[in-house]
Amino acid sequence: MPLNESTIVAMVRDRPGVLNRISSMFRRRNFNIVSLAVGQSEQPGMSRMAFVVNGDDATVEQVIKQLRKLIDVASVSLIQEDTMISRELALIRVNGTASTRGEISQIVDIYRAHIVDIAPDSLIVEVTGDEDKVQSLKNLLNTFGITEMIRTGRVAMVRGMAHVHSNNSGNPANRAA
Amino acid sequence: MKLTGGQIVCESLIKEGVEVIFGIPGGAILPLYQDLPRYPQLRHILMRHEQGAAHAADGYARTTGKVGVAFGTSGPGATNLVTGIAAAQMDSVPTVFITGQVARAAIGKDAFQETDVTGITLPITKHNYLVMNASEVAETIKEAFYIASTGRPGPVLVDIPKDVFTEEAEFSYPESVNLPSYHLPQEADPREIQAAARLIKEARKPLILAGHGVVISRAFEELMQLAEKAQIPVITTLLGISSFPEDHPLSVGMPGMHGMAHASLAIDEADLLLGLGMRFDDRITGDLNSFAPNAKIIHAEVDPSEVHKNVRATAPLIGDLKKTLRKLIPVVEPKSHEEWSQRIAELRMEHPLMRPRTGGALLPQYVMQALSKATNGNAVIVTGVGQHQMWAAQHYTFTQQNSWVTSGGLGAMGFEVPAALGAQVGRPGSVVWSVAGDGGFQMTMSELATLAENNIPVKFAIMNNGYLGMVRQWQDIFYEKSYVATHYTHNPDFVKLAHAFGIHGDRVTKEEEALPAIRAAMEHPGPALIDFVVAEEENVYPMIPAGGAVAELMEEPV
Ligand SMILES: Cc1ncc(C[n+]2csc(CCOP(=O)(O)OP(=O)(O)O)c2C)c(N)n1
Ligand SMILES: [Mg+2]
Repeated sequence: MPLNESTIVAMVRDRPGVLNRISSMFRRRNFNIVSLAVGQSEQPGMSRMAFVVNGDDATVEQVIKQLRKLIDVASVSLIQEDTMISRELALIRVNGTASTRGEISQIVDIYRAHIVDIAPDSLIVEVTGDEDKVQSLKNLLNTFGITEMIRTGRVAMVRGMAHVHSNNSGNPANRAA
Repeated sequence: MKLTGGQIVCESLIKEGVEVIFGIPGGAILPLYQDLPRYPQLRHILMRHEQGAAHAADGYARTTGKVGVAFGTSGPGATNLVTGIAAAQMDSVPTVFITGQVARAAIGKDAFQETDVTGITLPITKHNYLVMNASEVAETIKEAFYIASTGRPGPVLVDIPKDVFTEEAEFSYPESVNLPSYHLPQEADPREIQAAARLIKEARKPLILAGHGVVISRAFEELMQLAEKAQIPVITTLLGISSFPEDHPLSVGMPGMHGMAHASLAIDEADLLLGLGMRFDDRITGDLNSFAPNAKIIHAEVDPSEVHKNVRATAPLIGDLKKTLRKLIPVVEPKSHEEWSQRIAELRMEHPLMRPRTGGALLPQYVMQALSKATNGNAVIVTGVGQHQMWAAQHYTFTQQNSWVTSGGLGAMGFEVPAALGAQVGRPGSVVWSVAGDGGFQMTMSELATLAENNIPVKFAIMNNGYLGMVRQWQDIFYEKSYVATHYTHNPDFVKLAHAFGIHGDRVTKEEEALPAIRAAMEHPGPALIDFVVAEEENVYPMIPAGGAVAELMEEPV
């Protein structure tokens, strides 16, 4: 079966140890996480997590079912590529002196990225976009020498009107008495 | 009403209907223990090892259907519980473990007897908690029992720091739990029920594979109705044993690695499998690519993650098994499968479990048959792990619902002694036999003291082959009889040992002694032990090597 990257979004209770429960489950079942992003959601007490996982369809199905089994996970959705808006943010520290700054700045403009810090011999570029965009900017900046990079991993949402292929997310019938 | 955390634990346990706790005290959990005398409704059984406490809670839960409870102190008390927790997790047994933890201020400082118990048990519990305030104790225990006993049951651990036991808080027991993120089983999809009924109607060679789920959801009657209405032969998995009476004409037996040959061969020929409350474990399927090559699959299971995990189901019926079967039975049409039943009978004739043998050493298979005869198949049988476990599964004729207690998923040697203790506490009126390996028995035999102390009348049949027999068998078959580290050259005298613990002890070395000794042990009012000195190098047949196909099935050599 073909391996592919799938985006899974989960609503989880914002409690100590939740991240540990989730990562422990991934490790134990030998699921491969490509990226993981987590932060507050619109609901108080709940966080939203976005996972990118690598695996065939059966693996992704297991990931979703095993996530749902965790007591602190309220809902899990698989987001289809064609209905997905996804973004990633990266900070990239690149070598840059007075002589190369201009060239870097041009590239950064084309990518609608920003230079957010300048030092005598380096600068920090902030870029937001899908992974392809971040990757291609990174490749270009590589020629100047990247000394540090941090990426958030993919965050994703379904476009307005489109439907989430939801795995019983928030079905009231599932609520405990 | 203001109470201490320890008192709140006790009050909450009483609200949950707990009657028995298995445990051992220690510094961190001591405040809770010191509260126990105020609550005489809570019977505490002092074990000799926390592994014993955990397995006893497990055995108790399996025989009663109630949540089993064990206590342990921080650090070594909690780590000793681990094997028992893992066993309960693998076999979906509703259990709640309460452990003491070092005081809150000491957590994370590598304090004396501090271990990260919630961290250690995270992958082997259904859920776990560290309770940091006395005001959260009642709600947490409510949730723990709810989670342990609903859906696919399992162990829940509640770790409570020492100073939370002594802290005071207002006590009121919550009426209900507020767990919006906990998903209870859904009801099986009506379209899938219809699809399943159609598959049953079309099938010419259907087979039921009844698993532990039948026992857990107490769907005995429903299984019987379905099997009889559509005349479907019933195979029981290792943990499904005693979900269907083995003296019933539709009973086929156990399949898989050490199952009956005719059961495995029937699966190979079947055109429809109804997996009921089971998970197509590798000990049953062997090589997945050649498993049940001709069969469509109906999979009725409470845990959605088990469906399509190992095999693809044609009709998945996700939900509580009892409810699912109640919906399925009315839409299934009555049928008969004369030819198919005859075919299975033929397979059974062609592949006897054992060829008759005379003379030679006492055969463990014979001991199982004698036990079956002496108890009319009515005893609760608890086993360890190894050859004796498989012989008990094969040769005891189970006629009583839910009368088989074994560590199937984890396969924990040492289960046989404490789990039998818990089973007997849960079923004081039943005859409980522990079929023990000489190896496994020595792992937990310290609990004989607990049995004697509390006069819990478990009867032990030690299948003493002087070997870690199942491992020796693998060495025999796969390593040219190179018996590395499997021979016991100096086993204790088990009869003297029994006497040392103050329990009845007897030794059997010949066939004709077996029945009288078994009867004498049962007539003895307290715990009793029989050392059956059995053939040393007897192998369990049939055998399908791990991951193998049915075609690789080995039968007893002539
Ligand atoms: C705690 C534990 N350790 C090791 C094993 C591996 N093992 C499986 S069966 C077996 C032999 C069991 O010997 P015994 O209890 O004498 O039973 P027999 O097979 O001889 O009937 C062993 C060592 C196990 N299942 N559990
Ligand atoms: Mg042995």
